Formats: sequence, C-alpha cells, structure tokens
Amino acid sequence: MRLWPCDGPFALVHRAANADHLHCLSPEAEARGLHRGMSLPDARAMCPALVTRPADLPREMAFLRMLARWAGRYSPWTARDGSDGVVADITGAAHLFGGEAALVADLAARLGRAGLTVRAAIADTRGAAHALARHGGGIAAPGATRAALGRLPLSALRIDSETVAGLNRLGLRRIADLADLPRAPLSRRFGAGLLLRLDQALGIQPEPLSSETGLPHFGVRMTLPEPIGLVSDVMAGLDRLLDRLSDRLAAAGQGARRLRLELGRVDRSTVLAEIGLARPMRDARRIAALFRPAVEDIDAGFGIDMMRLTVTQAEPLAARQVSAGGEVAGDRLSDLVSRLGNRLGFEAIQRFAPAESHIPERSFLTLPAAHAEAAPWPPAADAPERPILLFRPEPLVPLAPCAAEPPARFRWRRMELTRARTRGPERIAPEWWFDDPAWRNGLRDYWKVETREGWRLWLFHTPQNPDWYAHGTFA
Amino acid sequence: MLAAIPAAIPPPPLLPHRVHEVCGPGAHGFVAIQAALHKGPVLWIGAGHASERLFPPGLVPVLDPSRLIAVGTRSETDLLWATEEGLRAGPLGLVVASPDKPLSLTAGRRLQLAAEAGRTTGLLLVRAGAGSNATETRWQAAPVLHADGVTDQGWQEWTLLKNKKGANGTWIVNWDAKARSLLVVSPPGERTGLAPLAL
Repeated sequence: MRLWPCDGPFALVHRAANADHLHCLSPEAEARGLHRGMSLPDARAMCPALVTRPADLPREMAFLRMLARWAGRYSPWTARDGSDGVVADITGAAHLFGGEAALVADLAARLGRAGLTVRAAIADTRGAAHALARHGGGIAAPGATRAALGRLPLSALRIDSETVAGLNRLGLRRIADLADLPRAPLSRRFGAGLLLRLDQALGIQPEPLSSETGLPHFGVRMTLPEPIGLVSDVMAGLDRLLDRLSDRLAAAGQGARRLRLELGRVDRSTVLAEIGLARPMRDARRIAALFRPAVEDIDAGFGIDMMRLTVTQAEPLAARQVSAGGEVAGDRLSDLVSRLGNRLGFEAIQRFAPAESHIPERSFLTLPAAHAEAAPWPPAADAPERPILLFRPEPLVPLAPCAAEPPARFRWRRMELTRARTRGPERIAPEWWFDDPAWRNGLRDYWKVETREGWRLWLFHTPQNPDWYAHGTFA
Repeated sequence: MLAAIPAAIPPPPLLPHRVHEVCGPGAHGFVAIQAALHKGPVLWIGAGHASERLFPPGLVPVLDPSRLIAVGTRSETDLLWATEEGLRAGPLGLVVASPDKPLSLTAGRRLQLAAEAGRTTGLLLVRAGAGSNATETRWQAAPVLHADGVTDQGWQEWTLLKNKKGANGTWIVNWDAKARSLLVVSPPGERTGLAPLAL
C-alpha cells in the first residue's frame, strides 16, 4: 500500500473454488457496504470504483510470522493464530506495561503508527481471546469469560461453517445458547470437536500455546544511502552482513545450511540469490566466496539500496578447535560440493554406500554427497566378480544355437561378437518380498563372457522365459 | 633383439597436474586403476542421463567406492564447468569426466590451465578418435584375450597413443587386487620352437 497509494475503496482479491472473493478490504470499501468473503462481481456491482489487487497468501503468512516475532516485546510466548491473527500468552507480563488496558492501547498505538488496523482482545483462554478479537475486541475480566462470550455468535468458536449452520437450524445462535445445553446429545449430533472448542473457550479444557518464536531467527539487513550496482560493491556489503551474521550464528552455536540474500532495488522490486552449503558453516569468508557466482548473475536494475541476508536453514555446529592446516582439505572438498551443488543441484552430487542385497541394482545406495559422509565398504574378499559398468538389460540377438551356455556368436549394440571364454552361471533369484518390475521375468543365470573382439560382458539368461540379455561390462 | 625382451618396465604414471585422455573398451578399468594409484577423493563426472552407470560393487577390488564422488550433469557445458571446478579446487586426487562430444582445443587448454592451478590430475574418457589436441597423453585400453583361453582374469593392454613428453608404447598389465598394485606381464603368445634347456 505504501508503494502504490490509493485513495478510493481498495480490496485484496483471493481466488478460491474457481471464483474471486474479497480477501481483505480498506475502511473506505467497508463503508460502502462491502464485506469479507463477498464475491468480486457482487462487490463491483455495489461499488464500481473498487480497486483490487490479488492477495499474496504466502507473504501474508510471512508477515504474520514477523508480527508474531514483534509481539515478543509483550510476551516471550507468541504464535500465529489461524491465517489472520497473532496470539500471545501474557500471563504475568501485563503489569510491565501498566495493566492490560494500557498494554492493548500501547499495542494499538504502535501498530497504528505502522499503518495497520488492529483488533485486540485479552481473555482468560486462547479460544475466548480469539472469539473476542474477531467480534469487536475488548478485554474480558478474569473469571468473566462466560459472560463476555455469551453474546457472541457461534462462528466465533473456531468451528466449521457446516456445524454452525446445523446449530443455527436448531435455533442456537449465540454461545450462551450452547453452553447450557446437555452435552451428550450435542456431541452425538455434532461430534466431539464442537464441545472441545467450547470447553477450550470457556477454560474447561486447557489449550497451551506452542510458540514459533522459540526457533532462532538469523537475519541481518542493511540499507544503503546510495544505490549500488557493481558486483564488488555487493560483495563488500555482503561481507559486512556476513560478519554480523556469523557472530550471531556463533553465539547460538549454529551453522548455516541455506542462505538467502534479498537485494532491494530502487524501483522497489527485489531480487533473490540463494545458496546451499554442503556442510553447516559460519565462516564469513568461505560463505562469501560461495555466494559470488549467484551474485554475479543478479541484475541490479537501476541500483540496489537494501540488502537482507537470512539463514533459511540452520543446523547445530559446535565450536571447533582450529589447528594449523588440519581441516583444510575437508573444508575445500565441502566447498567444492557446495559450488557444484548450487549449479547442478545437490541431488546430482552423489556418494555410494553399500547395501544388503544380491540384486545388482540394489546392492548399493546412492546418497547425496552433501548429507552423507564417506561410508566404509567391506573388502571384496570372496565376493563374486562384478562388472564395473551397469546398464538396463539389453537383449542379445544370438547368431548361433544356444541352450544352457551363452551363444557362441551374438549381436550386441550392432556389433557381432564371438564368445571366447565364459564363466558361470551364477544364479540370482528375485527378492520375492519386493515387487520389482525389472525382475518380473523370474530368476537369472549370470555369465561372465569374454569375447574375441575384446569386450568382457556380464550376460544373463532367464530360464523361465528363455532369452539372453547383456547387463554390464567388466573392466 | 631388443624387441624380444618383454616390457617389464611399467607404463609411465600419469604426469601430475595435467589432463589426460583414455579411450577403448577397457577405458573404465583404466580409470579405476589410475584412481587407485592416486591419493585423495575421486570426482567422477558424467552425463546424468547416461544409460551406463558406474557399478560400485564392481570397483571394490580396484578402488574403494567410498573415495568416489559421482556427479551427474544435465548438459555438456555443465560437465566441462564441473570438471574445471574440480580441477581448480585442489583437494581431489583425480578428476574423471566423460564428455559426449570431442573437446575443442580451447576447452582442452582451459582444463590444462585449471589442472595446473589446482595441482590436480584429470582424466577424460573419450571415444576412440575423438580426443583433444590439448591432452598431455592419450591412452587406449583394451582387455586382452589369450589365444588358448586360459588367460588370467583382468589382463589389459594399455597403448600410449600420444605423449607430449615421451615415447609411446604398449604394455600388458594386470591389477593385483590383494597387493593393490599394477603388475606388468609379458605379452601372451605362442612359443615358437622349444626353449633351450639351461643346464
């Protein structure tokens, strides 16, 4: 709104179930009789001058998360409440602000200064505060929850609209109507959820608040007096941000695994550069070097005047003793994996680990190198000989009659090959407890076949369904 | 007379901090043996869509698969970029890449410079006749079959087709899995006439 000021009625529009609905309105729009959830054509009919913009739900959620973090000034125990609210447990904290009324006034004044319209409510329970905040706001005195809630409609109880409609059909419209009814028939007819919500609102059932703000947030920002555009300038700015960020990470004993650099341009658009790291780290210099290719790709437009660096994924990283030249080779290897992974995708960089299976395709695991350390392989003491390359089974064309032995002449990959030496068979049966489509044609007799043309092939014969295939090549 | 002496001299090792090429049906075996002869992690870069995949259990007698880091790339440009990054980074023992197309002289030179800067040796798996002129050496590897069909397993004939700093040659080698070392064997062949009895 600050970027695109607009005087007349304004609304955010959200498309749900194939129809546009008003998601959020300005006071001017509400004054013309529009309300939330109204369909856009109806609203346009009532108010042709309505200016609309599509709603951005993920950014609204991000904003709420930010607001919940800000609310930490009132209580350490804050969380998002549904899609449109923030809830804070201010038990034992209100006196620090001069009482509950003063706290609400302070909150409204601060948020009003930021341009937000706020409805705040304080009640004994989370459910009651939720209901009050959405129906006028106010403060329910301790112990007076039932009286404060009684006059509110049933939809304030956080129950679905179908239940509300069903209760309305029975003539129950206010929470007070519901609170005095016998409980057993209600729960039989509308399910236990209704009574749970009612009990939570009235404080009969506890409803603890799980705080999201307990997770540490690592973000630093910098506003520049003059726009910048050179890669070296951005890197210099990034170095300063990284120094601050790595101090914070070190204080929390954490290392960054993914980082996002947001660059605000003078025309109010933002560009993103995001990198992943093969290992949690907080070494500013090494992270800056890994950011360079991403920063070089950024289009600065008319110039960059804001930089924000956030850790989107952090992992614990204990402080390590730095020895002279001890960990350098490992560090350089993980930096290489980070660099390769940021361009090719981290799943494309793999390590191999052994697996317990006789089926060739399942006798090893491929793991992303960024998340797997080198696993030791058992030495091949008396393991049967295995090919060095494996491919999807390729059918052979036998050019000579064959029965149990591999054909004396055959065609493979448009080459005519002559069998020289064979070794086999080695019978491998499918694992019956897995339904593997590649092994549908039953057990296989594997042969190592040397050809006069030089190829050493791993062939197999399927006796139940007589056919010959090549499956791999030896060194 | 000299030609009759079996080539007991081992094949020259890959010149360090340079990029080499290998082709032929035994090229993958050659790479595995060379990787085993180098210390440090091995970066093996190939096209991500290739139908032929490395089979780590088959590498175990030659090369410990835990030393391998396999990279699958989506395009030829990515493959060359990853090879250059690997060569320049420094901590690797050997960088192996299998480009689909022949390398241009520029790309080959670039890889040589990266190898010198990062002090890492590179090895490219190329198709026969599709090498780059910038390569330090080009090898051809092929399995050897004995005429009588009782040849030991895993004999390979390594031919040095191109060598910028030395002579070409042919060796028949065998990998000793127990000792983890390369043995040079005399070329198999029919003996003409009886050997004189040495009394």
